[in-house]
Amino acid sequence: MESERVGQTDGPPVPFTPEAVIATFQTIPELLARDEILAARGRWLDVDCLLGPSTQPFHVAIRAGRIVDMTPAPVLMRSWRFAYRATPAAFAAHWQKMPPAGWHDLLALTKRGQATLEGDLHPFMTHLQYFKDLLALPRRSGFGGAS
Amino acid sequence: MNGYVEPIVGRYVHADIDGEINRIYFEENGSGIPLVCLHTAGSDARQWRHLLVDDEFTKHFRVIAFDMPWHGKSNPPDSRYGSEYRLTTASYTTTIRAFCSALGLERPVVMGCSIGGRIVLNLAIEHAREFRALIGLEAADFQQPWYDTAWLNRPDVHGGEVCAALVSGLIAPGGPEAARDETLWGYRQGGPGIFKGDLYFYRVDGDLRGRTGNIDVNQCPLYLLTGEYDFSCTPEDTLRTAAGIPGAKATVMERLGHFPMSENPDQFRRYIAPVLQDILDKQKL
Repeated sequence: MESERVGQTDGPPVPFTPEAVIATFQTIPELLARDEILAARGRWLDVDCLLGPSTQPFHVAIRAGRIVDMTPAPVLMRSWRFAYRATPAAFAAHWQKMPPAGWHDLLALTKRGQATLEGDLHPFMTHLQYFKDLLALPRRSGFGGAS
Repeated sequence: MNGYVEPIVGRYVHADIDGEINRIYFEENGSGIPLVCLHTAGSDARQWRHLLVDDEFTKHFRVIAFDMPWHGKSNPPDSRYGSEYRLTTASYTTTIRAFCSALGLERPVVMGCSIGGRIVLNLAIEHAREFRALIGLEAADFQQPWYDTAWLNRPDVHGGEVCAALVSGLIAPGGPEAARDETLWGYRQGGPGIFKGDLYFYRVDGDLRGRTGNIDVNQCPLYLLTGEYDFSCTPEDTLRTAAGIPGAKATVMERLGHFPMSENPDQFRRYIAPVLQDILDKQKL
C-alpha cells in the first residue's frame, strides 16, 4: 500500500528548524525506555522499520516493544518492513502539547499529504496504538519550535 | 457518590424491521419532546450516557438512545447470525423509523453522530415530515476515506484493538482522559466485522452528494455540528454540505473531535444546549 504522496502545499503551522526536529526524534528511544506501560504494550512486537522526518528517516529496530537500535538512513542494503515518514513541519506540529487540528494524528497527517506510509503494513496496523503513542512521545515535553 | 442510582432506565422493545422482529435495547430518561440519539459506527448507545442524565435537557426532552441491531445489547436478528453484516442507507433508515414507530414516538427529534449524522441527512431528504428537527453531528454528504476498512476484520489483526486505535486519532487532544478511554472502550467491544459493516453505509452505499439540495428545512429544521479535530468528517465537509442546503445551521465545535457527546461531554454541552433551546423555542411559537 502507498498512501498519499507528501504534499508541499501546506505551510508549517508552527515554527521549527529541521535540525531541532531530527534532534527531538532521536530522543524517542530514551523516552520509550522510561515508559514501561508503552514498552509493555509492544511486548509482542519485533520489527525493523523506517521512521522519522522525511528529510532524515531512521532505521529503527524494535524487539519486544523496545527500541534496540536507531540508525540514520540510508544504511547500505538494510531492509525494512514498513516506513512512516512525515515532513519536519508535520512532526513539529504533531509534538505540540495541543497540536493544531489535522496535525494531531499519524493518519491525519497521511490524509493531509504530510506523511507517507509504505511497505508491509501488517506490523504497523497490528500495533497501531503503540506506533501512534511512540511517535507522539515528544509531545509530553512539548516541541519548542525554532532553536 | 456511593449508592447513587442514575435516572436512566434501560429496556427492550420488539420492532419489526423488514418483516422480522428485532429485540432492540434502548435507554431513556426525561419527558417531553422525544429526542432519539444515534450512536457512531461500531459503537453503541452508551456514548449518550451524559446527555441522558442532564437535568436541564431531560426537563424538556424524553432522551432515548438505542443500540442498533448487531450493536451493544441489541443482538443480530435471529435469521442473520453467520451472515455478513452490512449497513445500507435503506436498512439504516428503516431501522430508525421502525424503532420510532415501535415506541409510538410522535414526530421525534433525531440526533445522530458520524454514520448517525449521515443518516439524518437521508431522513431530511426522504422523511422530513416525520420529524420535529434533525441534528447531524460529524455529518456530511460524503467525506474522503483515509484507510482501508479491510483492516477492521481479519483473523490476523485484533479487531477491537485496531478499531479503537484507528478512531483514537479522531478524538481531540486535551480532553478528559477517562472520557477518551471510555469512548475507545466501546470500539474495543464491538462485534467482529460490525464497524466494517457500518462503514459499508458510510463509504459505499451512503454517498448523498447531489441529493441534499432537496432538503427543505421549513418542513424540518436541520442543525449540523462538527468538531474541529475531526479529520474523518472535517469541518470543511460539513460546511460544504450545509452550504448546499438553504437554511441549514452549521457550527464548528472547538476542542472536539468525532465523538463530541462522549469524548468531552462538558465541552459538547456548550454547543448542543443552544440547539435544543432553539428547538424548544420553535415549539412555543
